[in-house]
Amino acid sequence: MATGAQTGSEYIKHHLTNLTFGKDPTDGVWKFAHTAQEAQDMGFYAIHVDSMGWAIGLGIIFIMLFSMVARKASTGIPGGLQNAVEIIIEFIDSNVKDTFSHKNKLIAPMALTAFVWILLMNLMDLVPVDWVPQLFHLSGVEYMKIVPTTDPNVTMGMSLSVFFLALFYSIKNKGIGGFAGELTLHPFTSKNILIKLILIPINLFLEGVSLLAKPISHGLRLFGNLYAGEMIFILIALLPLYAQWTLSVPWAIFHILVIVLQAFIFMVLMVVYMNMAHETGDH
Amino acid sequence: MESSGLIYIAGALMMGLGALGAAIGIGNLGGKYMEGIARQPELIPMLRTQMFIVLGLVDAVPMISVGIAFYLLFAVA
Repeated sequence: MATGAQTGSEYIKHHLTNLTFGKDPTDGVWKFAHTAQEAQDMGFYAIHVDSMGWAIGLGIIFIMLFSMVARKASTGIPGGLQNAVEIIIEFIDSNVKDTFSHKNKLIAPMALTAFVWILLMNLMDLVPVDWVPQLFHLSGVEYMKIVPTTDPNVTMGMSLSVFFLALFYSIKNKGIGGFAGELTLHPFTSKNILIKLILIPINLFLEGVSLLAKPISHGLRLFGNLYAGEMIFILIALLPLYAQWTLSVPWAIFHILVIVLQAFIFMVLMVVYMNMAHETGDH
Repeated sequence: MESSGLIYIAGALMMGLGALGAAIGIGNLGGKYMEGIARQPELIPMLRTQMFIVLGLVDAVPMISVGIAFYLLFAVA
């Protein structure tokens, strides 16, 4: 625990508050929030500068790194970095080939981007919880949350983008009629046209719920796992300094599994949803 | 009863019930995985990936509940 004057719950709340930029409702000025209450009062028209900044920064690192390797790629004996990049790309490629059985050039690059980007964002979780916020505190910035995936805005943003892409491809591949039929003529169906009409609202309700549950669970799963992990790291940081390693080291080692697994699951589910959007089968 | 006492009970329920469900789920999953690889050892790599995907899906719910429970216990109560 870095600053002695805070109590435990203040410390936790401080570490879970984003650096928020928004319009102050009291005087109508656009500024950074100085307290958690101020950040909350800003409401909808506020932006979490730290989440956005770290996410975009890590995305740029990913693009720069991979494009640098791609430009320097040699057919001779590859170096360590090129090997690593090739392994990641082949891994994603084989996974997408296994799950995605249609023709679309967008899916594999998107899966690669999602996987590596989320992996990098999740990896920020392994940076000790006090280092970066303390550094920014010294330079006068009150709040700094460095793991973008512990911000539901980021994860829900990504899952909603996937959702809208899935809707777009559904309508593009099945037509509006096909997509509407998928939503209304399943799972209950009948030969009799009258019963079919009666079943439409029931089917629409069931399918609608399952359609809307997908992006929500997709985004919240990633958020929840990382948030819980970050929360436990913060709690461990409340212990006296000499005792922290007994808990933080095992948790960090276990968390490496969670980090990679959640990035992978997000990627796989994304590809699965895209695959479902391309199914023009017997519906 | 005080409201902070209720928060502790809520945290205990969240963690306990979440762990219960996940334990049953993961136990089932691991058992079936063992059966599967005992029958067809050549499928181990494929089954392992699939198992880890489902493991991550099952694991997510109790993890989330543990996180929220800790938040309730240490930051709210």
